[in-house]
Amino acid sequence: MKKIPKLILITLILMFCVFAGTALSGCGNKTGEKVSVYCFGDYIDPILIRDFEKETGIKVVYSTFDTNEELYPVIKNNGADYDVICASDYMIEKLREEGHLSELDKNEIPNLKNVLPEFMKKVEVFDPGNKYAVPHTWGTMGIMYNKKSIGKNVKIQSWSDLWQKKYKGKVVMPDSMRDTIGIGLKKNGYSLNTKDVHQLLAAQYDLIQQKPLVYKYVNDSARDLIIGGSADLAVVWNGEFLYSKAENKDVDFVVPKEGSEEFIDAWAITAKGKNQKNANKWINFMLSKKASITNFNYLTYTIPNKYVYDNMDKLIADLDEQAYNGKGIIKNNGVVFPEEEVLERCEILRNLGPDGDDLYTDIWKKFKAD
Amino acid sequence: MTLKKQSLWSAPFIIWILIGTIIPLLAICYYGFTTRDGDWTFSNIIAIGKAEHARALWLALALAVASTFMCFVLAYPIALILRASKLGERGFIVFLFILPMWMNFLLRTMAWQVILEKGGLINSLITGAGLPALEIINTPWAVILGMVYDFLPFMILPIYNTLIKIDSQIIEAAYDLGASWFTVNFKVILPLCIPGIASGVTMVFVPSLTTFVISNMLGGGKINLIGNIIEQEFTTSANWNLGSGLSLVMMVFIVVSMMLLSKLDKNKEGNFI
Repeated sequence: MKKIPKLILITLILMFCVFAGTALSGCGNKTGEKVSVYCFGDYIDPILIRDFEKETGIKVVYSTFDTNEELYPVIKNNGADYDVICASDYMIEKLREEGHLSELDKNEIPNLKNVLPEFMKKVEVFDPGNKYAVPHTWGTMGIMYNKKSIGKNVKIQSWSDLWQKKYKGKVVMPDSMRDTIGIGLKKNGYSLNTKDVHQLLAAQYDLIQQKPLVYKYVNDSARDLIIGGSADLAVVWNGEFLYSKAENKDVDFVVPKEGSEEFIDAWAITAKGKNQKNANKWINFMLSKKASITNFNYLTYTIPNKYVYDNMDKLIADLDEQAYNGKGIIKNNGVVFPEEEVLERCEILRNLGPDGDDLYTDIWKKFKAD
Repeated sequence: MTLKKQSLWSAPFIIWILIGTIIPLLAICYYGFTTRDGDWTFSNIIAIGKAEHARALWLALALAVASTFMCFVLAYPIALILRASKLGERGFIVFLFILPMWMNFLLRTMAWQVILEKGGLINSLITGAGLPALEIINTPWAVILGMVYDFLPFMILPIYNTLIKIDSQIIEAAYDLGASWFTVNFKVILPLCIPGIASGVTMVFVPSLTTFVISNMLGGGKINLIGNIIEQEFTTSANWNLGSGLSLVMMVFIVVSMMLLSKLDKNKEGNFI
């Protein structure tokens, strides 16, 4: 009797060893080359991973995260596990300043010429000299609203429209510290990156006043609330507009006149990554004509690539064809690639340092608890 | 088997407890009692007294008490009915109550979000019938509803388990001695059921007190419970020290409530989660 459990145990251990052995060796592919990609969830068309593997023979290990704050400790502590990351402006700045990124090898990235120059210039705000980062998507915050429910003649153009009593219970605000406080700051005409306590308190006061009017604080599903008619005004990224317009023809989008937040999510290569050459190849592939158009169709976020920009009319006509049989309901009205005048009003979030972070956290927590 | 051999076999479990319980607990204590620079401090513990933290704690306690009470009010009669029903059906009905637990609880909570939404399922039905819309989503009521729905089986099962163990001859004897229905139910069955109720209350109260997912999904970002605060300290604020300090305070609340309840549960009918 006593011998049987031991036998089972030994068998199990042996089975485990064999299994682990095959699992580890099974990872290899023809070339043995691989690249580990760490990206926001659902931020590239998954079909591109297969295409990249087919084209280059490099195996892709793809993992995702939700927020920049989640990415930071991972890259700081286990940077060697990831070769190429996609992160937002201020996080790239923080990682770069702390030495967690490695310079791009521009010889490996000939497709860099496809990126629109004005967006490369924007990247210089957080990456002077364009040494570390290449933009993947760009976007600006704005108000998406249902024209039909709020009245055809009403024109939404200011952040303070979100404070109007007549929209009680119909407003959706973001539930994200920097973005939500940023709206309060912009409403008062302040910078998104201010560290002035009085300006922040003014924003906090306004946000607390607005609370009874707000239906919900939410990030990703704001567009669905507008499409489904649960709310009439929502703060969303411009990339959500085309998708929503295809689902509900009454929606419109505006970047408020006081100015707004803009973001650039960019590819960068980690300092400790083991496959830097492959990481450069991945970035090059993402900037190709095929990948940028595929990603645009998948995400409907602004891809600052000349192939997307030049084909905008056709890409939007295709969307219109799919959604409304080409009735021309979805138009190229400058939401995806706004005019220079809109871009000038927008501001990129900067890394504020630990004291700035603590200040914002405190303002945010008191607003949430009120 | 000799003692030595026994301890050899228990080694995996000891390692499991070490990795899964002892080490994380020590890590939380370390973070909770230090500042970000690594100096010893009590400020993370005392921080519970700050207005924004204290308010979230009281709200969490109030909602947890409310949802536990509602779970009990619903679960006790259900368990009584289950006990009274015939054997064949009984297994099936218990199965029906457990069935939703096979589905991920995030999905079930998300379903409530869709159902309760202003333009959601319930509202399109009742406004279609000409009734005023139900506006409980993004209020504390929706959070309580979500807690009750998610945790109800944890209340029903321990109560049901104690109820079926009550010898029906005791109940018959009570009736024979002239007790009314009321006396039998409240003076005989209910006291015998207390161990089950105690473990049911623990199993509902503790997760209700610490939840942040339900309040996030059904509170629309407007219901800020202590669980939400701790979660944010670990994510957006990146202040693990304060998050750990507040978690330690929460642990005190949980341990105290479990100690009080375990006094009632003398027979250890239901085990703690």
